[in-house]
Amino acid sequence: MSGLAAAAAAVAPHLPPARWRPHELVFWLAAFAAFFLFPSHRVLASQILITGLFAVSLDLILGYAGIVSLGHAAFFGVGAYAAGLLAVHGWGEPISGLLAAGIVAGAGGFLTSFLVVRGSDLARLMVTLGIGLMLYEAANKAAFVTGGVDGLSGVEMWRVFGAFSFDLAGRTAYLYTLAVVFVVFVLVRRLVNSPFGLSLRGIRENVRRMPAIGSPVSRRLIAVYTASAAIAGIAGGLLAQTTQFVSLDALGFPRSADLMIILVLGGTGRLYGGLLGAALFMLAHHFLSDINPVYWQFWLGLLLVLMVLFARGGILGALERLGERRQGRRA
Amino acid sequence: MLGHLIGVLFDGIAYGSLLFVISIGLSVTMGLMNFINLAHGAFAMLGGYVCVVLMTRAGVPFLATLPVAFVASAAAGIVLERTLYQRLYRATHLDQVMFSIGLVFMSVAAATWLFGPSQQPVRLPELLRGQVQVLGVDLGAYRLFLVVVVVAITVALHLLLVRTRFGAQVRAAVDNATASAGLGIDVNRVFGVTFALGSGLAGLGGGLGIDVLGLDPTFPLKYVVYFLLVVAVGGAGTINGGLLAAMILGVADVAGKYYVPQAGAFIMYVMMVVLMIVFPSGLYGRRS
Repeated sequence: MSGLAAAAAAVAPHLPPARWRPHELVFWLAAFAAFFLFPSHRVLASQILITGLFAVSLDLILGYAGIVSLGHAAFFGVGAYAAGLLAVHGWGEPISGLLAAGIVAGAGGFLTSFLVVRGSDLARLMVTLGIGLMLYEAANKAAFVTGGVDGLSGVEMWRVFGAFSFDLAGRTAYLYTLAVVFVVFVLVRRLVNSPFGLSLRGIRENVRRMPAIGSPVSRRLIAVYTASAAIAGIAGGLLAQTTQFVSLDALGFPRSADLMIILVLGGTGRLYGGLLGAALFMLAHHFLSDINPVYWQFWLGLLLVLMVLFARGGILGALERLGERRQGRRA
Repeated sequence: MLGHLIGVLFDGIAYGSLLFVISIGLSVTMGLMNFINLAHGAFAMLGGYVCVVLMTRAGVPFLATLPVAFVASAAAGIVLERTLYQRLYRATHLDQVMFSIGLVFMSVAAATWLFGPSQQPVRLPELLRGQVQVLGVDLGAYRLFLVVVVVAITVALHLLLVRTRFGAQVRAAVDNATASAGLGIDVNRVFGVTFALGSGLAGLGGGLGIDVLGLDPTFPLKYVVYFLLVVAVGGAGTINGGLLAAMILGVADVAGKYYVPQAGAFIMYVMMVVLMIVFPSGLYGRRS
């Protein structure tokens, strides 16, 4: 343990500053201000936040540890069903329900992490995809528990802190979601700026060298996969609680694929990329939903291809490059 | 009972043959270029639609449409390889996954726009309909035809890879692209031709598979798991591994759906995860 502390101390001077930067504060103040600015879109806004949190959980394993997962919706769905079922069967207290969702999904993540950590990118892709599809089939077939294709209805939530009830306009839902997302985000931010987060980035950059400097690669990956699954579960739980419904889509492959698109759109390995990507993706989807869904899919595909070819790093990556260029000109 | 068993086994093998024809190109290109191409099913779908359009609008007989499907998909393959895929051989796997998912989305949308969301019909020639008695067991004539075609393709591929100069170049490039380039092999050209061949075979498989797998715009999404599975289980870059994997998966899927219909696709997914855990680099895999 003292060795670890010493290593942390030795590394500490090179850690990026974990101080809150002005634009981070602007982001969260804007999220809070959205409550007053767009009162008629609070439901959409809370869904954006939930998807953003879900994307942050994927960023943790994909952006930081470099694990490509095509089945992250599995944990989102497990969390959603955990929170939903708890409420259906008579325990509607939101915060403990959310914790339960996180714990159940985290346990699922821990158990499957052993299968995911080993193997090549392709094997990981297949295993995560397989686990996701398996859970979807299981939930589909176990209709007596999950409601199957019809979804799980009858989720009745109690008041938050016994005072604020979930209303139809989504007032409580938005503030509750924002608070939960913010708290989890602060924890994740702390995590990725710690020596642990640094070792994850080391694993992403060079898996072979990390053991040589004393970093237990599998154990780190298992830990981060578990944490990521728990956060995805919390996001799923939030969706179940705020919409008071769980649909089978929560587990589906399209959700995993969309999530990846969201994260890549915003920019991986930057935490805010997931949140920003979620906002853009969901807003575009919301306001373009009038047009034929087939076209939406076509443009989405084209966007992906163009981004991979010309704009790696997503929006935040492009902004970063722009900032660097400006700094270079000034110097 | 035994007749049933043989029938299921045979259907499974026919199904596996189809998976093999479509996936083998993916396996070779993945072994050659280490490129995770989720859009491989789109080439199969293209072949399928070429067959349907030729049959319904031009009245071409089914068997005559198959070579056209091969050529059309191979042409599409080489164009996309030269213009787009080539740029991403050195990209990260995440980039490759995103890029090919984008292509899948575009192909699904384009197919829906052109042909509508419904299943496409296929009219098989008289000769291939109904049942054939072989050694006292009733076998589907079309499925028998599939197996024969696949045996022919496998033998041809084997001869191509083992006996010809081009085959030797492909094998060398799979083993070590850098060293092959150093020996004067035009690896770039080998990649291109192999990609076109693989896409063409996928197109042929798509045409052959209309009767068995069906054909609608979601085809590339619906079967991508199966194609990837053949490659991942068989081990990228091996023909024998791919063949074995395709047969195992075909028989397991058909048997599962026949004997335990309530489990649905569950058996397939369980097998997929178990196989990937037991053989992380495939049955015949050489690299991890």
